[in-house]
Amino acid sequence: MITPDKIVRTTCPYCGVGCQMNLKIKDNYIYAVDAPFDAAPNYGMLCVKGRFGTDYVRHPARVKKPLIRANRQEGRTAPPVWREVSWDEALDFVADELVRIVQTYGGDAIATYASAKATNEDNYVFQKMVRALLGTNNVDHCARLCHAGSVTGLQLSIGSSAMSNSIAEMEDLDVFIVTGSNTTETHPVISNFLKRAVRKRGAKLIVVDPRQIGMTNFATLWLRQKPGTDVAVFQAMAHVIVKEKLYNPDFIARRTEGFQEYIESLEEYTPEWAEKVSGVPAEKIREAARLYASAEKGAIFWGMGISQSTHGTDNTLSLVNLALLCGHVGRRGTGLNPLRGQNNVQGCSDSGGLPNVYTAYQRVDDPDVRMRFEAVWGVSLNPNPGLTATDMVDAAVMGRVRGMYIMGENPMMSEPNQAHARHALSQLEFLVCQDIFINETGEMADVILPATSFAEKDGTFTNTDRRVQRCRQAVPPVGESRPDWEIVCDLAQRIEKRLGVTLSAGFSYTHPREIWEEMRQVTPAFYGIDYDRIDREGGVHWPCPSFDHPGTPYLFADGFPRGRGKFWAVEFGTESEQPDEAYPFNLSTGRVLYHWHGRTMTGRSSLDEIYPEATCEMHPADAERLGVQTGDWVQVSSRRGSIQLRVLVTGRSPQGTVFIPFHFAEAAANVLTAVQLDRRARIPDYKVTAVRVEKCDPPAGWEERPLTDQGAIKDPVEIH
Amino acid sequence: MSEPVTLTIDGKEVTVPLGTTIYQAAQQAGIDIPIICYHPHLTANGLCRICSVEVKGWRVQAAACVTPCADGMEVHTRSEDVICGRRTILELLASTVNLEEAPEILALLKEYKADPERFAEGEQRTAPLYDDNPFYIRDYNQCINCWRCVQVCAEDAQYTFALTFNGRGFHTQIGTFMGLPMPDTTCVFCGQCVGVCPTGALKPKRQALLEQGLDPDEIFRQTRRKRKQRQNA
Repeated sequence: MITPDKIVRTTCPYCGVGCQMNLKIKDNYIYAVDAPFDAAPNYGMLCVKGRFGTDYVRHPARVKKPLIRANRQEGRTAPPVWREVSWDEALDFVADELVRIVQTYGGDAIATYASAKATNEDNYVFQKMVRALLGTNNVDHCARLCHAGSVTGLQLSIGSSAMSNSIAEMEDLDVFIVTGSNTTETHPVISNFLKRAVRKRGAKLIVVDPRQIGMTNFATLWLRQKPGTDVAVFQAMAHVIVKEKLYNPDFIARRTEGFQEYIESLEEYTPEWAEKVSGVPAEKIREAARLYASAEKGAIFWGMGISQSTHGTDNTLSLVNLALLCGHVGRRGTGLNPLRGQNNVQGCSDSGGLPNVYTAYQRVDDPDVRMRFEAVWGVSLNPNPGLTATDMVDAAVMGRVRGMYIMGENPMMSEPNQAHARHALSQLEFLVCQDIFINETGEMADVILPATSFAEKDGTFTNTDRRVQRCRQAVPPVGESRPDWEIVCDLAQRIEKRLGVTLSAGFSYTHPREIWEEMRQVTPAFYGIDYDRIDREGGVHWPCPSFDHPGTPYLFADGFPRGRGKFWAVEFGTESEQPDEAYPFNLSTGRVLYHWHGRTMTGRSSLDEIYPEATCEMHPADAERLGVQTGDWVQVSSRRGSIQLRVLVTGRSPQGTVFIPFHFAEAAANVLTAVQLDRRARIPDYKVTAVRVEKCDPPAGWEERPLTDQGAIKDPVEIH
Repeated sequence: MSEPVTLTIDGKEVTVPLGTTIYQAAQQAGIDIPIICYHPHLTANGLCRICSVEVKGWRVQAAACVTPCADGMEVHTRSEDVICGRRTILELLASTVNLEEAPEILALLKEYKADPERFAEGEQRTAPLYDDNPFYIRDYNQCINCWRCVQVCAEDAQYTFALTFNGRGFHTQIGTFMGLPMPDTTCVFCGQCVGVCPTGALKPKRQALLEQGLDPDEIFRQTRRKRKQRQNA
């Protein structure tokens, strides 16, 4: 039996739930992880990733020294030859190159990725360096690829894009809708609270999802719409609510605008029309509408299935319309809740890791806000919103962007149409990656700056319900790796020297606590949160304007940030690539329980043991038609490229749709996907791509072995 | 407080809301009742009976963790019969399973002056070590059937229902349906079961390997078999 040298309380590095966990340490080795039972948000629960998947911290492939590409002249797509260098050499080189690009082409020729995996403090100093020293607002992060559709929709309708209610309230639900979220696999601990609401409190769950996800086992109603027809279903629900007068006239009069125009726009969206379009029986749509509208407390939870679409903004707007119609927002147990993906995707956005806003969504093009930041930072700032992540790739192809700085992200795996992304990165004059491993993007970099993992640094993360929590150092950094904030500050000081400027606020922090203090000063919403308070209370939900303010578990009790909630008429239509004769299947991409995004971390942890390869999930009827069985190899092709992987026959996918997780570089789903963007949110459609599937031979040297189904639900029973 | 009830515990008067268990009332009064299977965040089942107390006028002792308080109840938590019962429970446990990694139970053995050798000739409950997944091992030689793992796998946390009881009577043992290896069950490896196991019967694999004296690099190699096979392919 082992007695730990110490037990360190920290926040899980994986998803947006922000589970609190205890790392048990012996001789600087994390040998076990468990969770405190008395702490929000997870109260003792973890999922497989948090409890067993943090062993990547000690992986031998961690980058231990700064690296410079020795074969730059061979081009960025050649296999890299790395030369280990000192921090001084690496940072001087990066500073030289960035300053050269700024001075030659202007600051907007540099594009940067902040990181939803780094702390609030890391991201704050990162965007400060980019904005104040490089003079550009070209900073974005992977939120663009996950919830941009939700953010844009929520901003348009209510003026705030965070999850409106807290995880703790999930115990108090009455009726709730889960749509476009495979909650049991993507937010496992939240799914446990939702299941508990159903099983212990008698809450009614309505699932709207084309896939037979784990949550359908707990649903009162499951509306299985054809992929991409979400708007039709929600509009028809709204139609029923209006026709049957189930809406909340008092709430509509007090809190909303645009109701008359909106109900006129609903006229043609009858449930019968929606049945034709979406395949969901009209009667089920009516039942769902009645159930949601007549609930005392109704909440909506959604994920990538809503936002990652060419009509992601419309999907979101149609959900907001439902909540506004019924007054299901602004009270405990109600709400509009986009479930955020990364552990700090909320925090990265809050810390200014977006091209159009500083901290807490203060707009860069608002002169008053800009003046406040100019006063604190001591430099004049660029008033023009910068490029979004999806547009950075195109700008690199066009030559408008010459240098890229990527902190803790892997666009080569996560951007749609990988060949295009690869071409774009290969055009750059300079690419620097700051990460804990050399991932697929790092392979193309000129410089790799080794960062520390979550277990080796201090800071704060903000989870999906806006709770600011601590990340605490448990073990010493591997090799010469340094925390992101420290690397950025060191680099920024070198850039200052070269540009001959010194900011009054500077970059001479000695601990993340000091960075948070500066953030707090420039951000009214964080003013009441500091490290001592987080240590005392475990976490605080922002907005929290003063130390005596309790924090805000649910938003919009008294009003919306834009004043009145606005109903937006939504039209049904799609610009996504539809299946046709040549490419008859629809491809939906997504995540599985055991892996995380580009697999930079999970692929290097023992999680890879249980789920070691990509699979193409296919409906039994489709499999029979193609003459394939579970374990057979297939080639999946789209107009952009093709990949080879094994088939898993399962009723989870609807007929005509195959599902491929996007985690695996050797069968990367994003080789297939197209850059089809939502016009307003600039988010790509990862859920609808036309593909062809053909049986093929196994790759050379393949040794046969069984393929087991590790889905969160297995062999689902056809309910209807 | 709606419908308060008043009772005495070891002569001390306590007033609690209706529905409060004797265990919770005792805690409120600062009276310590030992627990083994009970976990404050899980459904109590009164399985191990170590929390048994005497209630005046009752024919048998009551498990404090599941017995609700009633008005006028007179509870004794340290009577001679109670102590004798607890001692015997501990001695039976010690003779049946390996308690080496259950420090809290070992401490109780000491506190109640239990003789772990008293039933030394009795039957031991033995089981093979299950090492069937990359994340945790199951050593039911150390299992006291407290049921916590089954509960968190079911309605107390995960709603996965991968764990159950196998066997009957003395030979009852926690296991999977049909004794399947974990990866073939509905298990999602959340490890809630590992998090509530009081005896080290369930243990993270990394911890188990570290205890065997392996260093972190060797642990890394031993927990990355499939990946290697695959790269060779």
